[in-house]
Amino acid sequence: MFPIKGESALLLAIVFGFVFGWLLQRGKVTNYNVIVNQFRFKDFTVLKVMFPAIIVGGIGVLVLTNMELAKWHVRDANMLATIIGAAIFGIGMVLYGYCPGTGVAAIGTGSIHALVGAAGMIFGAILYAFSFEWVRANILSVGKLGKVTLPQIMHVPAWTLYGALIVIAIALFAWVEKRGR
Amino acid sequence: MSQQQLHQSGGRLSGRWSPYIVGVGIGILSWVVFVVVAAPLGITTAIGQIAGGVVTPILGADTVAANAYWRTNAMKLDYGTLFLIGTFFGALASALISKTFKFESIPSVWQERFGSSKTRRFVVAFMGGALAMYGARMAGGCTSGNGISQSLQLAVVGWTFLAVMFVSGAITAAIVYRGSPSIQSGEK
Repeated sequence: MFPIKGESALLLAIVFGFVFGWLLQRGKVTNYNVIVNQFRFKDFTVLKVMFPAIIVGGIGVLVLTNMELAKWHVRDANMLATIIGAAIFGIGMVLYGYCPGTGVAAIGTGSIHALVGAAGMIFGAILYAFSFEWVRANILSVGKLGKVTLPQIMHVPAWTLYGALIVIAIALFAWVEKRGR
Repeated sequence: MSQQQLHQSGGRLSGRWSPYIVGVGIGILSWVVFVVVAAPLGITTAIGQIAGGVVTPILGADTVAANAYWRTNAMKLDYGTLFLIGTFFGALASALISKTFKFESIPSVWQERFGSSKTRRFVVAFMGGALAMYGARMAGGCTSGNGISQSLQLAVVGWTFLAVMFVSGAITAAIVYRGSPSIQSGEK
């Protein structure tokens, strides 16, 4: 029965996107102040959303793959491109005040500057397309590790890492909540 | 400011759900998409495709078709693009139903540091969007595709992305907002 492909999947795309956008709005990560204040360590809402999403999502997907109901979708770790790209992304996210997903969602909440930044995103994508051949030859090709996961390179079971993440999350958020951030 | 005060502060933050609950919701949504459509959550691949569609009338279909990036990421109304459209409408519906929809050109944290020039905010938002997108395409995903979908699989690419982007963002914020008073998210 699963996975569903073709036109039914297209309908589902709208439904899943709708749920995603709804959740982002309710979590207030569609708010510029909330995002920027995470990077100023004044408001930990972004991490409060991301940690549970990663832990709950990850443990569920691990169980589902063990039951052969889902497959892994691990992408290639092209280390130089990931590091440079993430560094540029971090600068852009703070200046924009959104990441691409929350930016699109923020437009729906009435944010005009999110819409302007979305035009910037289109511009950035055009720049990337025109520099793609150079990037592929000189950056994407450096430090290719393949589809590797932390359990593989650390030689630790996935369960141990999820357990460690739970401990880290509880400690971090206990600290954060105590300080009202 | 405590979480409760934040709730009471009103404005854009009313109708707020606990961020932990929202995170759990996104995690569960990830289970569903992994099983039902075998397509992890992601945003920027679709924006890359849309960019190709946007420049086609300007540059011509031949130029776009000849581009090495757009050749494999052509504009189409596919799963990712429709997911993006759904994200917009989901946030719109949630904002309207919770009566928190509000036009905003200059957020308060920005205004306090940089004043009320719309031009200044718009220029920086445009540049920021461009940088975020360029970086996301190079890294192969954004906060959704890399930060959540890859990190939840404990993929090296996801955690590398998260760590580097967080440090980079914190340094940027420290520079951009140096000397700025500590306005809280809920104060409008």
